[in-house]
Amino acid sequence: MSITVYVPCDSSAASLGANRVANAITQEAQKRGVEINVVRNGSRGLYWLEPMVEIVTEKGRIAYGAVKTSDVSSLFDADFLNGGSHALSLGLTEEIPYFKKQQRLTFARVGITDPVSLDDYIAHDGYRGLKNALAISQADIVKHVSDSGLRGRGGAAFPTGIKWNTVLNTQADQKYIICNADEGDSGTFSDRMIMEGDPFVLIEGMTIAGLAVSATQGYIYLRIEYPHAYEILNTAIANAYAAGYLGDDIQGSGREFHLEVRQGAGAYVCGEETSLMESLEGKRGLVRFKPPLPAISGLFGKPTVVNNVISLASVPIILDKGGDFYRDFGMGRSRGTLPLQLAGNLKHTGLVELAFGVTLRELLYDFGGGSATGKPIRAVQVGGPLGSYLPESQFDTPLDYEAFAELWAVVGHGGIVAFDDTVDMAEMAKYSMEFCVTESCGKCTPCRIGATRGYEVMDEIVNKHDLDKNIPLLRSLCDTMLNGSLCAMGGMTPYPVLSALNHFPEDFGVKA
Amino acid sequence: MTKPTMMQTVQTIVADLKDEKGALLPILHAVQNALGYVPPETVPTIAKELNLSRAEVHGVISFYHYFRDTAPGKHTIYVCRAESCLSLGGKNLENHVKTKLGIDFHETTADGQFSLEPIYCLGNCACSPAIQIGNDVYGKVSTADFDELLKEKLA
Repeated sequence: MSITVYVPCDSSAASLGANRVANAITQEAQKRGVEINVVRNGSRGLYWLEPMVEIVTEKGRIAYGAVKTSDVSSLFDADFLNGGSHALSLGLTEEIPYFKKQQRLTFARVGITDPVSLDDYIAHDGYRGLKNALAISQADIVKHVSDSGLRGRGGAAFPTGIKWNTVLNTQADQKYIICNADEGDSGTFSDRMIMEGDPFVLIEGMTIAGLAVSATQGYIYLRIEYPHAYEILNTAIANAYAAGYLGDDIQGSGREFHLEVRQGAGAYVCGEETSLMESLEGKRGLVRFKPPLPAISGLFGKPTVVNNVISLASVPIILDKGGDFYRDFGMGRSRGTLPLQLAGNLKHTGLVELAFGVTLRELLYDFGGGSATGKPIRAVQVGGPLGSYLPESQFDTPLDYEAFAELWAVVGHGGIVAFDDTVDMAEMAKYSMEFCVTESCGKCTPCRIGATRGYEVMDEIVNKHDLDKNIPLLRSLCDTMLNGSLCAMGGMTPYPVLSALNHFPEDFGVKA
Repeated sequence: MTKPTMMQTVQTIVADLKDEKGALLPILHAVQNALGYVPPETVPTIAKELNLSRAEVHGVISFYHYFRDTAPGKHTIYVCRAESCLSLGGKNLENHVKTKLGIDFHETTADGQFSLEPIYCLGNCACSPAIQIGNDVYGKVSTADFDELLKEKLA
C-alpha cells in the first residue's frame, strides 16, 4: 500500500518553496523505488513551519517542517515515510500546541483535505449544511443564521441574518448572491486560505444563501492578486456542477443556483460593497450612495446579498449544527469564532481561529511567540490599513467588536500586524495617507482631496516643520474625512493616522 | 496558420464575451492576458462592440491599477508596499529592487526584461516581505534572495 504524503499547495507555502519540495519528494521516492501518493492540501496555517510535510500513519498525521528541498534526501534516510525521527520532526500535527489550542469551525477542513476533491469534502462532513437547508423553509434557514449571531466578517460586522432577511422579503424577478473576495487588507489572508484550502465550503455557503433568499446566480468577486485561488475555485466549481451541487437542479431538489468567479483588477476600494457591484457591472469602482441598500437594489438594480468569504464559509457549519451551536462560542454581541491572522513582525505567524474574547496579548505572545526580530513589540495594527494602531497598554483588550470600538479601534477582518520598536509611527501615518491617495475612488471630496492634503501635511510633520500649525491642521483634516466621506476609505483613514498620533506622539515630535 | 493580428485577437475576445453581464472587465482581462496590456488602439473596437463611449472604456482601464496601456517587460515584478511587509524591512527591499533594476515603479528596464509595479498586499503577510514575479509569489525575501531570483529569471 502506498503511503500518503501531504504537501500544501497554498500560495504562501508555495512562496516558501512548497512546490519544489513536492517535486523533490516525488523524484526521491521514484529514485528509491518507493511508492507514495503525494496530495496537495491547503495550509494548516502554521506558516513559520511551512513548507510543512505530513505523513499519514496509523497514529495520525505526522508533520515535518519547515522542509527545504535540501532536506528531502535526509528525510528519506530517516524513514520519515513511517514517521521516523528527524531534526525537522514536529510530531503529530494535531498535537502541535499552536494548532491544538484553536477552535476551528470555519477552518475545520483547511489543511486536512485535498481542496478540489469533492469526495474528500463530503467524507469530512461537507454538504451536510446544504442537506439540512434543502429540508427546511427559507425563513428557517435565515432564522438559523440570525440565531447564530453571525456578523459580517469582512470588517463591518453587520448581522448576516438581517441582511438575508431583507433580501428574502424583497420581491424581484432576479436576486444575486455576491461573495466579496477582494481581501485587500494588509495582514489578512484567511479568505485566501479558505479559497485555496477548502473552496467547497464557500461554494456550499453561497448555495445555501441562494436557497435562503431565492437568488439563482452567485458571483465571487476575487482580487487579481490571488491567481492561485482563481484556479482552485474554478476547478472546485466545475466539480460541484458535475456532481449536481450547482446548476439547475441541486441534488434533485428542483432548486437552482449558478456560480461564477469574476476577477477584480487591483483596486482596494472595490472591497467596499457598492464599489464592488459597480465593478461587477463593468464600470469604474465608484462608491454608490446608500440608500438604497444593496439588499433592496444592488447588482444590476436587483436585491443582492453581499457577504465576505469567511461569513459565507461559516454558514455550512451553522446549518449543519444549528445556529445555537455557533452562538455558544464567543462573548457579548460577538458570537462564534473569528479566524485571526497573525502577520508582520511575529515569530509564529499564521492562522488562529478562536472564539471571540481572546486577548491581543495572548495572540501576540502565546501564539505569536513575540516579535520575529526579538525586539519588543511596540505597536499593533488590527483590522487592516484602515484600522487603528494599538500600543502595548492596550494589549489586554479582548477581541470583541464592542471592546475594540470603545478604544476607537476595529477588529475588521481579523488581521493583526505587529511592529517592533524600530517602527516610526509618523512614517506609518504618512503611509496611511499615501495609501488613501492611491486607492481613493475619487467620488467624494473629503477622501479624494483630503488624502492628498493629508499626505502633504504628514510630510511636513515627518520633517518637523511648523508642528504647532500642522498637528492641529492634521486633526482638523481627519475630522473632515471621518465625518464627510462617503465610505470607509476616506472615513477610516483617520483611524491609523490619529491612533498613531495619540498613542505615539513622540514620533510626531510632540509631547504626550 | 498565420498568427492573428492584435485587432483580430481583440475582436475574437469581444465576440466571445460581449453578451456576458458586466462584460467589460472580463474582456479587458482577456485582452491583457492575451497581449500583456490593453493597447489604446483597441479601445474604439471594444467600446463600439459594447455600445459604450471610448471615454467610458478608457476610464475603466485607467481606474484599475492592474490594467496597463503600455507593453510590459518580459517579467513583471510586483513589490508589496503594505504594512505587514513594512514591518519587516519592506521599504529597504523596495529601495534595493529599484536600485538593482535602475527603474522606479511603473517603469520597464531598457532591455525590456523587467517591469516594476507596486502592489498593496499579496495576502502573503505571514511570510513578509513578499514580492511576486509573473504569477509566482515569493515570501521572506531578503535583498540577497532578490538578486538570486533576478539571476534565475535572466538565465
